[in-house]
Amino acid sequence: MSELTKKNLSEIIDLIKNKDIKSEELTQLYINKITKSKKLNAYITTCFDHATQESKKFDKNPNFNSLLPGIPLAVKDLFCTDGFKTTAGSKMLENFIPNYESTVTENIWKEGAILLGKLNCDEYAMGSSNETSYFGNVINPIAENTVPGGSSGGSASALAAELTPATIGTDTGGSIRQPASFTGTVGLKPTYGLCSRWGIVAFASSLDQAGPMTKSVKDCSIMLEAMAGFDKKDSTSIEKKKENYSKNLKTNIKGLKIGIPKEYRVENMPKEIDELWNKGKNILKDLGANLIDISLPHTKYALPTYYIVAPAEASSNLARYDGVKYGFRSSKGKDLIEMYENTRSEGFGDEVKRRILIGTYVLSSGYYDAYYLKAQKVRQLIKKDFDQNFGKVDAILTPSTPSSAFKIGEKANDPISMYLNDIFTVPVNLAGLPAISVPAGLDKKGYPLGLQLIGKTLDEQRILNIAFAFEKNCDFKNEVENWWS
Amino acid sequence: MNKDKFDYFIKGEKNQYEVIIGLEVHAQVSSNSKLFSGSATKFGAEPNSQVSLIDSAFPGMLPVINKECINQAIRTGLGLNAKINNYSVFDRKNYFYADLPQGYQISQYKNPIVGEGKVLLDMPYGSKEIGIERLHLEQDAGKSIHDIDPSNTFVDLNRSGIALMEIVSKPDLRSPEEVNAYIKKLRTIMRYLGTCDGNMQEGSLRADVNVSVRKVGDKKYGTRCEIKNVNSIKFMQMAIEYEARRQVELIDKGKEISQETRLFDVKKNETRSMRSKEDAHDYRYFPDPDLLPLNFDKKLVEDLKKSLPELPDKKKERFIKDYGLNSYEANVLVSEKEISDYYEEAAKASDQKLAATWMMGDLFAMLNDKGLDISKSPISAKNLAELVQSIKSGEISGRIAKEVFEIMIVSGENPRKIIDTKGMKQQSDPKELEKMINEIINKNKDKVTQYKAGKEKLFGFFVGQVMKISGGKANPQLVNEILKKLLKG
Repeated sequence: MSELTKKNLSEIIDLIKNKDIKSEELTQLYINKITKSKKLNAYITTCFDHATQESKKFDKNPNFNSLLPGIPLAVKDLFCTDGFKTTAGSKMLENFIPNYESTVTENIWKEGAILLGKLNCDEYAMGSSNETSYFGNVINPIAENTVPGGSSGGSASALAAELTPATIGTDTGGSIRQPASFTGTVGLKPTYGLCSRWGIVAFASSLDQAGPMTKSVKDCSIMLEAMAGFDKKDSTSIEKKKENYSKNLKTNIKGLKIGIPKEYRVENMPKEIDELWNKGKNILKDLGANLIDISLPHTKYALPTYYIVAPAEASSNLARYDGVKYGFRSSKGKDLIEMYENTRSEGFGDEVKRRILIGTYVLSSGYYDAYYLKAQKVRQLIKKDFDQNFGKVDAILTPSTPSSAFKIGEKANDPISMYLNDIFTVPVNLAGLPAISVPAGLDKKGYPLGLQLIGKTLDEQRILNIAFAFEKNCDFKNEVENWWS
Repeated sequence: MNKDKFDYFIKGEKNQYEVIIGLEVHAQVSSNSKLFSGSATKFGAEPNSQVSLIDSAFPGMLPVINKECINQAIRTGLGLNAKINNYSVFDRKNYFYADLPQGYQISQYKNPIVGEGKVLLDMPYGSKEIGIERLHLEQDAGKSIHDIDPSNTFVDLNRSGIALMEIVSKPDLRSPEEVNAYIKKLRTIMRYLGTCDGNMQEGSLRADVNVSVRKVGDKKYGTRCEIKNVNSIKFMQMAIEYEARRQVELIDKGKEISQETRLFDVKKNETRSMRSKEDAHDYRYFPDPDLLPLNFDKKLVEDLKKSLPELPDKKKERFIKDYGLNSYEANVLVSEKEISDYYEEAAKASDQKLAATWMMGDLFAMLNDKGLDISKSPISAKNLAELVQSIKSGEISGRIAKEVFEIMIVSGENPRKIIDTKGMKQQSDPKELEKMINEIINKNKDKVTQYKAGKEKLFGFFVGQVMKISGGKANPQLVNEILKKLLKG
């Protein structure tokens, strides 16, 4: 039966619907597997009692018409879950138990899913390797001592190690797509505003977006369908009717115009990445798509722009963690100011502090115009680059990351090289566009690599279709051997 | 101060100084829920009983604008004859404090919802226009309570997130009297509009006061100091007087005035430095990424404009024109919407001028004495109108009317009924009065002789006798006429 966890979400759903397996049995399989896989450190919190109870409840009175009937799922520990610890990977929220449920998780529970546990992530989603988590490194199941990427590293690791049949992450600058690429899984960042941000611990409000992480493109479409939807509690949520992504999934991409941006061929990019990109181009061409060379001239400014906008918003979003109302409070300090200082010094890790400092600096009077305001202007130019090209092309194909998974500790003391990991993913967040990372091949170490498809605003269906067709013709197999249990 | 012309100057050793004042008034928006959450806004509720997850800044909580607060700000802007900005932006003002749960206040910085406008003041030396710089919406903070526990501070977040309108004046005010008139005028306008209850005791209206001085005749403004968070007109006036004098004394000593934020100490009646310009907070304003810029079409403004009530300036004009009131009377009677409604009801059913006199005299004195709002008056507008009519028709005298008025206060009864049942009707039959007066003259022959010899003061004595015998009911006008006639004869 352990073969069952190898299956894709869509196959497991069919098994449940055909009554080949009960929710309770399925849940138990995952619980057993999670219990034996502590070494990966993918889970911060497990909710086994809750999951068992809910699965029994489902089996007693099953609703097979829901999207995720009785499916146990773990989610990134950035989604607030009613009655279950939500840490955001930080000491600051080590013991924080919300009494409310994020809209996105609420949506998937309504579709029949069951919470298995909360997955490790970089502290406040700030990181590209999961090494900034207060709860320790997460290990990529593809090889010992490799990082799963970040910030949704726990989600990617759990998914690749079959510790959850699908999961959800958040993506501010690549936090879904980069770990998906590192673990040989599928990750989609939706159009900004498609999934509600209500109840998700905020990092950078104008960039944060929740999205699915799955083993297949079809799974991805099912999860997105369950997660998405207008929410009046989020002022930036887009009001539109729900779409049936999974039902409308198709492989015919004949005649679609795929843009190939020349600026994504960056200096010192490993040859393997270039080869992978070419492989992707050829597959799409063989499927009848037209490749068109395009230029996104402001791409080179995306990373510096991102590292002004995101920390600026973060510095303000994280001001609420002051020890006054909830979360960690230092016992040291003789007055309010000292309590603040000690609480935030002891409660936040180095990367979070670094970004708060950067953000505070770029918003300071005298620097605001030179940094924040200018970054906002450049952000508009980057968005305009995409807008102009989407007149000519239907989607854009790029590599997801400039490298495969790296070793734990390899970049921990070199923030710039760490930040460079997001070079291909960040422009998409700045422009608010949807993008999906699909596994496309392995490097010479045998580590997976992904390609990214960027779509027009709210054109998730089309990039899912292209990815679906690509997946069927790529013959990628993610052979993860269980070495950890 | 000379009431006929403006001359609020501070005397220095060598020069006279003019005082320049600008106000930032914080007015609490009247609305059932807060600016960005559904929490209630009732004053005086149990601490922390009107607090949502948004108001207390729990992780992942997001603000959603309350449309009614936007409408209220637009209405207020229209009442201030101001430009309404169809595009405005909410910004974050970042600072740490225990009663500021988010670590920032959502406010409007570069793009406020309301732009320039003006307010007219009626001063004894004529009407004066005060410019409005802007009006913007912002969240209120919670309340830190330091005096419950010796070693802890308590925080009440009921106020956290309540909508405030910050109304910024131009530096057009020149004296504590003008500040008094300005605040009262703002309050009147907002109460007419129903956009702020203007209740200063409950903190619905507070102000930061900017004060500077300059030599009379100078064009350039001096360095200003800002006195934070003053919550009564009296304290504002005291603070301005102290602060202006302090600044003049510094100038006299040849010292510089440093731009700073100061606090007004009510007990000591002085302002104290809170922080200098160098220590000023860097609030790191930036547009709140959780909120889209506010965009509304002209139609919303047009619709709100159409639904606005008649405002005090217009109403005053109409009262002067329609009811023949003088400017002073009209001013007093439009100062509160309830007062103007009361007056109009009474004036329509009686003599308009006399109704005004009675309201501003006896009625206001009684309400003041009892500490009542006009809406709680034991004497209804209809009953006051009947009382005024009874005087006008000669049915009762002014003196009797006062007695009827006293009874009305206690019983709330209709004056006609009181006059009838207590037999207070005026004696206006000339024959009856002649008879009575003849009797008095016959009894007081000596006084008549003295009167005729030129001691005209005695006239009052005769009137008094008539009133005494008639029990005060004799029609005074007739008594005068008849007495004059008979004493001559």
